[in-house]
Amino acid sequence: MSDDYKPVIGLEIHIELKTSSKMFCQCSSFYFGKSPNTQVCPVCLGLPGALPVPNKKAIDWTILIGKALNCRINSFSKFDRKHYFYPDLPKGYQISQYDEPIAVNGQIEIIKKDKSNNVFSKKIFRIRRIHLEEDTGKLIHSKNGTLIDFNRSGVPLVEIVTEPDFDNSNDVKQFLEELQVIIRYLGVSDADMEKGTMRMEPNISILNKKSKVKSQKLPGYKVEVKNINSFRFVKKAIDYEIKRQIEILKEGITPLQETRGFDEKKGVTYSQRKKEEASDYRYFPEPDIPPLVFSKEYINSIKVPELPLQKVERYVSSFGIRYEEAFILTRDKNLADYFENIDKKFKTKISNLNLKIKNPSQIIANYLVNKKISSQLSADEFINKLIENLKPKEVDKNLLEEVINKVLKDNQKAVLDYKKGKTNAIMFLVGQVMKEMKGKVEARMVKEEIERRINQ
Amino acid sequence: MLLGKSLTEILALIKNKKISSKEVIDYFLRRIEKYNPKLNVYLTVNRSWKPDKIEVPIAVKDNFCTCGIRTTASSKVLENFIPPYESTVTKRLIESSFFILGKTNMDAWAHGSSTETSDFGPTKNPWDLSRCSGGSSGGSAAAVSSYLAPAAIGSETAGSIRQPASWSGVIGLKPTYGRVSRYGLIAMASSLDCPGPMTLTTEDAAFILKIIAGKDKFDATTTTNEVPDYLASLKKKKKFIIGVTDEYLNGVDEEIKEAFYQLMKILEKLGHKIKKIRLLPPKYSISVYTIIQRAEVSSNLARYDGIRYGNDRTFFGSEAKKRIMLGTFVLSYGYYNDYYKKAQKVRTLIIEDFKKAFHEVDMILAPTTPIAALKLGEFEKYPFFGELMDVLAEPGAIAGVCAISFPFGLTKKENLPIGLQLMGRWFEEENILNLTYQIEKETDFLGVIKKGLKNYPD
Repeated sequence: MSDDYKPVIGLEIHIELKTSSKMFCQCSSFYFGKSPNTQVCPVCLGLPGALPVPNKKAIDWTILIGKALNCRINSFSKFDRKHYFYPDLPKGYQISQYDEPIAVNGQIEIIKKDKSNNVFSKKIFRIRRIHLEEDTGKLIHSKNGTLIDFNRSGVPLVEIVTEPDFDNSNDVKQFLEELQVIIRYLGVSDADMEKGTMRMEPNISILNKKSKVKSQKLPGYKVEVKNINSFRFVKKAIDYEIKRQIEILKEGITPLQETRGFDEKKGVTYSQRKKEEASDYRYFPEPDIPPLVFSKEYINSIKVPELPLQKVERYVSSFGIRYEEAFILTRDKNLADYFENIDKKFKTKISNLNLKIKNPSQIIANYLVNKKISSQLSADEFINKLIENLKPKEVDKNLLEEVINKVLKDNQKAVLDYKKGKTNAIMFLVGQVMKEMKGKVEARMVKEEIERRINQ
Repeated sequence: MLLGKSLTEILALIKNKKISSKEVIDYFLRRIEKYNPKLNVYLTVNRSWKPDKIEVPIAVKDNFCTCGIRTTASSKVLENFIPPYESTVTKRLIESSFFILGKTNMDAWAHGSSTETSDFGPTKNPWDLSRCSGGSSGGSAAAVSSYLAPAAIGSETAGSIRQPASWSGVIGLKPTYGRVSRYGLIAMASSLDCPGPMTLTTEDAAFILKIIAGKDKFDATTTTNEVPDYLASLKKKKKFIIGVTDEYLNGVDEEIKEAFYQLMKILEKLGHKIKKIRLLPPKYSISVYTIIQRAEVSSNLARYDGIRYGNDRTFFGSEAKKRIMLGTFVLSYGYYNDYYKKAQKVRTLIIEDFKKAFHEVDMILAPTTPIAALKLGEFEKYPFFGELMDVLAEPGAIAGVCAISFPFGLTKKENLPIGLQLMGRWFEEENILNLTYQIEKETDFLGVIKKGLKNYPD
């Protein structure tokens, strides 16, 4: 990439909440795999006269997400109508939030590791706003025409908008992974890109640093990419767009402001809709829903659990395990809980058995991360297996002696080298013995034995 | 035997086994057959009554969704729409042993004050068939006035209950916004819409309001305020301070003014205090109302996009199209602040104005309409006909207060009903009903209701 061009990337992320009922009616919000138009009622079908009644849990969960992403929660918020015509939108408007979103001004922190020198650094990406809205129905295109399934219509949808703080696809991917883990920790959504419970649209543009407009901070256009359903494709789509736009800019042309789709088979984006004029959604306050007013006490009563990066810090500082393992263990809250449960039980057990084990937490972490013992086992089963693995192995002394004799005899040169002071040579001998013993002996013990024999 | 009996009277007769529900319902069906072709009150008549039930009939405006009964809002767009669900108002009525006798004509989508914008022809005024019954709840008003139902449900956005009640010579109660659920009421302007009863007696209005009022979990704008026993509290002889204001007499017909002054004297005689107050001139409410209502209309009608309900957007009448266009304009980017937002600010001022007035007085007495019923076709001369006819109803609607219109005498020249109204504090329906009841007992509304019924013998 030329140094003259700096990508400017912002994200719009939609998260479908897994509340049991929909955003404005009593219908079940679990539509996945259900027969079309079976999870519907007058409200989510937008029938004449039907009225929306907001789902309190969805509002609370949006506040929770806002707090988890370090946002300011607005004490006054409201719903607005966003008008546009589309067959999957039964009312002709979507109930969304315009100028008074539930949460604003947040941030997500990610940890970058420099592989060359093992240094960790923090990177912060700002969240502009988080608001709550309703999902639309789904169009099903077939040979005989297009059908509409309204099962998804009215499912609560949280929109998270970032500031245009990203300049590369790796950061975007890591940010999204971190966000996904946080959302899953909060238990408010499965945040599954493939199932569509997490969707994202990057806005990408390129700042020409040599541009004559000196004060320019943001490019005068942006390209939005839609239909991306995995983190891998997000990265691919962004990389493709950056390349495409720089090529256009190099010809002295400003890329078009437009919405593009992503073709995952070809790995390219393609133009969907030109956006030269801003669309006019004719927003106005939703008259069917009174404004939302949150007291300080109410906002305080919504508690954020320990988040993944906080857990990593705690694992490193109180359990004394390495950052790498702590990070992997905390990616999945279930795994982290499993780890802590084993850790507690294991420590009790070894102190009861009077076993001396150095840094037991790190050992458990290693076993879990390397999947040496299945995490599908119960905590007690896991511990039993672990203790078995850690016990000094019963060695057939006669067999060992026989093998050492044979190895020393067959490798006279190495023995001589060692005697001459090439201490490394002993490791070769140990290796040979270990190979013959098929690993059923501890290397430390073999080494001691060989040293004793050579020095006799 | 039944002609002119109020709803509560009929209920008592049924209860005392003096008459059966079947006889009552058959009676009204016979009358509908006889007079409906002339008046065009009902768009749909419900003949599905099951003989084993003890029920009393009521007419319902055709913008309330009635499960299994065609509901059109008088628009061809919904010509074939049979709702799969019941509005809260009709559900509560059915649960209280009411039978939906039929669906009454209205201005299409409730856009108008004469029922002339109905895609199914206008409803005639029972007092003079060459005149409008008012609107948009013109069908419901005429149904009660001509006794094709003992009572009816209407809906008001700004004047749509009070104005047709006034022109047709019956009682029309517009409750406080949020007092009665809008769930299942086909939305006109959501921040103003309000269902209410249209009746022959104050008792009936109180009786019906008690049934339909109260918190509804399907309407987030309904309040949890307790629903008093309106009927029981009618008989308390309360004394009130009643405000009157010159702003509401500008341009009002002399005969209507006379009726107004006559009632003022009667009220004083009854021991109430009349107090002159100042209110913002109603003309400001016209602008505010026009902008807010058109904006909400353009949004609420967006769902009739031709994909569902059979008939597409070409079936919209010209009034709806005009309102959609104006509403779309005032919400457009760059105009929102100049129109919609400014209108909301003025709305706040109007609410404050009423609050101030209600510090001084318990309720406000005013004419309901500046003139009595107009001839059919005259509305075409006025582009904002509805707003002009509803000028005295709009401030109260915008402020969301409760109000009731009742008949008070006839014009001498044309023998048409005159309507006066009481506007009360938010959620004080009890008080305006109480005073209307006192007026009814004292004056019998100058005999208007009884005279009207005489034109429609069995």
